[in-house]
Amino acid sequence: METCMSIVVGILFAVGTYLILSKNILRIILGTSIIGHGVNLLLLTMGGLKKGGPPLLGLKETTFVDSLPHALLLTAIVINFATTALFLVLSYRANKVLGTDDVEQLRGYGNE
Amino acid sequence: MNNLVVLPIVVPVIVGMVMVIFRNILWFHRLLSLLTTAFIGIVAVCLLDQIKLTGVQVLYLGGWKAPFGITLAADMFAVLLVLVTAIVTFCCFCYAFSSLGIERERHYFYPLTLFLLAGVNGSFLTGDIFNLFVCFEVMLVASYVLISLGGTKIQLRESVKYILINMITSSLFLVAIAYLYAMLGTLNLAHLSVRVAAVGQDGLLTAVAFLFLIVFSIKAGLFLFFWLPDSYSAPPTAIAAIFASLLTKVGVYAIIRLFSLVFYHDLSITHLFIGVLAAVSMVLGAMGAVAYWDLKKILTYNVVVGVGFILAGFASFSLVGMRGTVYYLIHDMLVKALLFLLGGTIIHVAGTAKLKETSGLIRLHPKLGWMFFIAALSLSGIPPLSGFIGKIFVTEGTFQSEYFWLGGIGLLTSLMVLYSVMKIFMNVFWGPALTEETEKVSTEGLLLPMGILTALTIALGLGAEVIHEYVDLAAAGLLDPQGYIDAVLGGKL
Repeated sequence: METCMSIVVGILFAVGTYLILSKNILRIILGTSIIGHGVNLLLLTMGGLKKGGPPLLGLKETTFVDSLPHALLLTAIVINFATTALFLVLSYRANKVLGTDDVEQLRGYGNE
Repeated sequence: MNNLVVLPIVVPVIVGMVMVIFRNILWFHRLLSLLTTAFIGIVAVCLLDQIKLTGVQVLYLGGWKAPFGITLAADMFAVLLVLVTAIVTFCCFCYAFSSLGIERERHYFYPLTLFLLAGVNGSFLTGDIFNLFVCFEVMLVASYVLISLGGTKIQLRESVKYILINMITSSLFLVAIAYLYAMLGTLNLAHLSVRVAAVGQDGLLTAVAFLFLIVFSIKAGLFLFFWLPDSYSAPPTAIAAIFASLLTKVGVYAIIRLFSLVFYHDLSITHLFIGVLAAVSMVLGAMGAVAYWDLKKILTYNVVVGVGFILAGFASFSLVGMRGTVYYLIHDMLVKALLFLLGGTIIHVAGTAKLKETSGLIRLHPKLGWMFFIAALSLSGIPPLSGFIGKIFVTEGTFQSEYFWLGGIGLLTSLMVLYSVMKIFMNVFWGPALTEETEKVSTEGLLLPMGILTALTIALGLGAEVIHEYVDLAAAGLLDPQGYIDAVLGGKL
């Protein structure tokens, strides 16, 4: 199971990196989002994928899952969601003001 | 348990939220922001004394003991930085009153800066690596908005790049945390330190350490500073000064904390590599500072040199070098804020950032000129100003650890830094005045915060005795993490 997850994480990272390398700003944002998902899966996998009851609550269970990665995941998802939303809004505004969504034209040497 | 530790994080958040409610009452915002920073400063001073008397102060949030709950740990090093952060933010707030403009102030500049402050203080005080990530994010999200606040073309362009770089870096940070958790099964810094010492720092752990180093190098602008000069010259002066003084230093703090508390078993690889990165960023930063004729660019490249110099002392990993690192870090935060404020004022007065188009400002603005002169000397480490003591300790430390090349590069780049700032001084303040008429741009209200910072850099140099004891304790605490570990884990494990 862990091997399978590792491959999935690898694919997500590859896709994300590919998208980030493109010129269109929207694709770049999607790329960061996908890498974020890859990271979340990685966090989950790194805790070890075990079968068992929830800790503290499942009194009848004999084995428990490690709940710490879940807590980390939740936080990471929220942060990723918030920054992606902010990034989207900001790039929309940048697109309106600068009139381009091509990052090649955002280089900006020259004198403003 | 000491509840004071949480105040520098919680108070700015609460005050910031109150401010958001009373959006249109600007005097209220200004007053509250000054009071908050002053309050954090006082808390930090109280904490300094307590730490001196009873060692590292720890707070287990919610009463969950380490390593299970979230821990805040305030050691001498962290609290010194919290204190300097409060001072710098106070001065930048003062500067913002008369320079930022109503529109930006009304669009939540003060609450946002307080949130940023909460993130910075949180990063300094946390005893848990995941919490470090969260505090980093709090700080970064606030900085994303601050860098784009106002929405001018250059700001929007730079903020898109800034956010992208930081989002990718944060992802890498999480990856590194995940690997570390998989290997060691804990996230508490003190517990990590114990576990790494127990299993030995093998190749895999060193690889994870390098992943952390990459992450923090991007945040700190250590060698991987490609994003820094453009981003930091985009926002208005008060915001740029906060960024230059605080944001990179949080990355530096994270490197120092992690590589002195957790990954300190393989000095010949990790710390030598940090030394090489420091040397390269000093050289590249100094070259940038010498080459450009644009005021903002010169100052931002000097940020890079400063980061390199701080970590040069750390790479030596000797008591003297560490002392120099702590001292220079404090000095650098103060003087970078001062230089950015001065640079912003010069641009405001001269109307341009290009050195070749300005001349003879000292006739109209003598105070500004002399303050810049003092700041420039302090930056390049001329005695009796504050930069000198840090530089001498760092150099001594590198020589002690027989990194002669590192100390040599440090001294050489200090000369280049001196040249770069003197270039500004001579071109802007000397020479014939460009305009005959004495139409003087008002600098009213701008001089006071800069005056405070100038006085502090002089006082820090002349009165080094006063803080010497604290700096010594901080350096000793970094070199010997046992005190930190015992305080956090309560002698268990």
